[in-house]
Amino acid sequence: MIKSIKTWILVGLASVLLVACGQSGGGAGSKKSKTLDNTKKAGFVKCGVSQGLPGFSNADEAGNWTGIDVDVCRAVAAAVLGDADKVKYTPLSAKERFTALTSGEIDVLARNTTWTLSRDADIGLTFVGVNFYDGQGFMVRKASGINSVNDFRDGISACTNTGTTTELNMRDFFNSKNIKYEPIAFEKADEVVQAYDAGRCDTYTTDKSGLAAQRTKLSNPDEHKVLPETISKEPLGPVVRQGDSVWEDIVRWSLNTMIEAEEYGVNSSNASSLKDSDNPAIKRLVGAEGELGAAFGLDNDWSLRIIEQVGNYGESYKKHIADTGILPNRGPNELWTKGGILYVPPAR
Amino acid sequence: MNFKNLKLNLSNKNKDLIPQILTVVFLILIVIYFTINAQSNMGNRGISFGFGFLSQESSFDITFSLIDYDGSHTYARAFLVGLLNTILVSAIGIFFATILGVTIGIARLSQNYLVAKSAEWYVEIFRNIPLILQIFFWYFAALRALPLTVDSINFYDISFLNVKGWYVPKFVWTNFSIFIYSIIFAFILIYFLAKYAQNQRDKFGKQIPTLYISILLIIGLPFLTFLIGGVSLSFEIPELTQLSKTVYVYRGGVSIIPELISLALALSMYTATFIAENVRAGILGVSKGQKEAAASIGLTKGQILKLVVMPQALRIIIPPTTNQYLNLTKNSSLAAAIAYPDIVLVFAGTALMQTGRAIEIISITMLTYLSLSLSISVFMNWYNKKMAIKEK
Repeated sequence: MIKSIKTWILVGLASVLLVACGQSGGGAGSKKSKTLDNTKKAGFVKCGVSQGLPGFSNADEAGNWTGIDVDVCRAVAAAVLGDADKVKYTPLSAKERFTALTSGEIDVLARNTTWTLSRDADIGLTFVGVNFYDGQGFMVRKASGINSVNDFRDGISACTNTGTTTELNMRDFFNSKNIKYEPIAFEKADEVVQAYDAGRCDTYTTDKSGLAAQRTKLSNPDEHKVLPETISKEPLGPVVRQGDSVWEDIVRWSLNTMIEAEEYGVNSSNASSLKDSDNPAIKRLVGAEGELGAAFGLDNDWSLRIIEQVGNYGESYKKHIADTGILPNRGPNELWTKGGILYVPPAR
Repeated sequence: MNFKNLKLNLSNKNKDLIPQILTVVFLILIVIYFTINAQSNMGNRGISFGFGFLSQESSFDITFSLIDYDGSHTYARAFLVGLLNTILVSAIGIFFATILGVTIGIARLSQNYLVAKSAEWYVEIFRNIPLILQIFFWYFAALRALPLTVDSINFYDISFLNVKGWYVPKFVWTNFSIFIYSIIFAFILIYFLAKYAQNQRDKFGKQIPTLYISILLIIGLPFLTFLIGGVSLSFEIPELTQLSKTVYVYRGGVSIIPELISLALALSMYTATFIAENVRAGILGVSKGQKEAAASIGLTKGQILKLVVMPQALRIIIPPTTNQYLNLTKNSSLAAAIAYPDIVLVFAGTALMQTGRAIEIISITMLTYLSLSLSISVFMNWYNKKMAIKEK
């Protein structure tokens, strides 16, 4: 009897201790980047991608991921680990993506994610930049006789994905036009495509790049068209967890390096030969001048590795978006020097 | 002697009590540990915790809602819309699953070889295919099979079925409350009639045809209100409207969306297989002697089933069928896959995404399912008790 009580008291005490340990273990934060250390220790970058969006992040039959979002993760891996292939990809639904990032399951989220105030400020995330300027559009059947969003009438049904900004933009748009509509929101993109294809809805709305990519999955892509209007701003970019500013800087400048490299005409084939260029900006990019990598604990060739192994932004865009026929015209995703809005702070 | 016994009992009680209290304390400490751990982790990652978001504007629309709702309402209201949709599809599913299940269950025991074998095949096929596949099958098969709006299947020019849904006339009532009162009144009359009939049977052995009088009452009284109560009913028939060259839509009437139809269909066809097996087990569980005894005192076949077999079979059928009702309700959460706006799609899907409040929203959703299931359990346990053998 007494013995059993003793045992129970011991168990109780042990559990109190357990609680105490748990608390003290959780809080400590260091000045160095925990994420960087963990990544180096693990030997790969933990990257969250989509469940399959051609051009952005899409896996082939062999399980190799490609796309401009994937290239951001590859750039980070090249900078941090010296090998762009050392990435572990985790396909995520729109619903799972932020929780996966905040819980530490992934360290970079490169999954066509729209940068908005509430996402940036409210839920423990930080957007590091924009790798694709997109906007929401509508796809309709060519035969429908709808040629512009002004042809929409009361009672139109619109299919889209749930848990995305498109659902909100759609409401804003139809409300501003004072049109009553039937919203049908699916969890996965494949189901949206099937339902739209079967005629469940009259229009399919999502980011225009997404529309272009999903159109290829329809039974008769030629019978459909994307309306000219763009109803929202969708700056898509990589996201990291709040609170690790060193890691945040690494991801931000990995992306910036790709864009700046295109601006200065540095690409995967000529990068190493430009070490003795006359232009100091180019020399900094290929690691021949300055000590830029030291600022976030990397060696000086980090940016050279990105350009050599992944390529500059233009190469990445051409390979994944233009040559695949998704959006041959770069539109706003052209450099600022060529009429687009890609403009990154100087690497110096 | 008595005193000694009492003392012994008390200390025995203590002996049992202390480990139990300690176990409870230990469990509470574990919960506190996980709560504190989650809180500090969320704090470290800059995530706040709270339920204030429920009163914010939701700013997303929902296809199908039983109550007035649009994006200018709150997240709490969106939650309610999702909950009602979940209850709706579960109720429809349970209703049809029960009817179908009982029919198939009885059919499996049929003497007719074809009927019994078809029922068996039905059970084996639908029980062994994963539910999510059946939902996809019914949804996309229905979407592919149904015609476009402009060539809808026409039911006597009042109801139309097409890929966008099933459009039925809407009832437009005047003096609807009088109509409802007449139905309530009919039920009260039936209640007293049943009491009276039982009394007559017990005292004088007189049989009163309660069923026929009840049917007469429940149809006759509301019908009278049309004649003298000033109640009238008209129908708003859905009308085909052209939106553009090839885009048509039905306006007016009530639209039953294909997502609801296919989900209810899949849920009831799947769950019916399990209910059918329960029914079969229940009927087989009543011993043959009972039927023979009933026959020997001159009861008809119908009376044997109604008065002897079913009351005993129900005792075996109800508990496992309760489980099936619970399963059906929980399985309705697969709705999200085909865009039926149930609580998972609306609240644990869209609302979670827009607010990012994963822990809060998932806990609310789990608690909701828990209370839904418990409510069904409580009701079924009450029904089970009512049906149980009453020892006199």
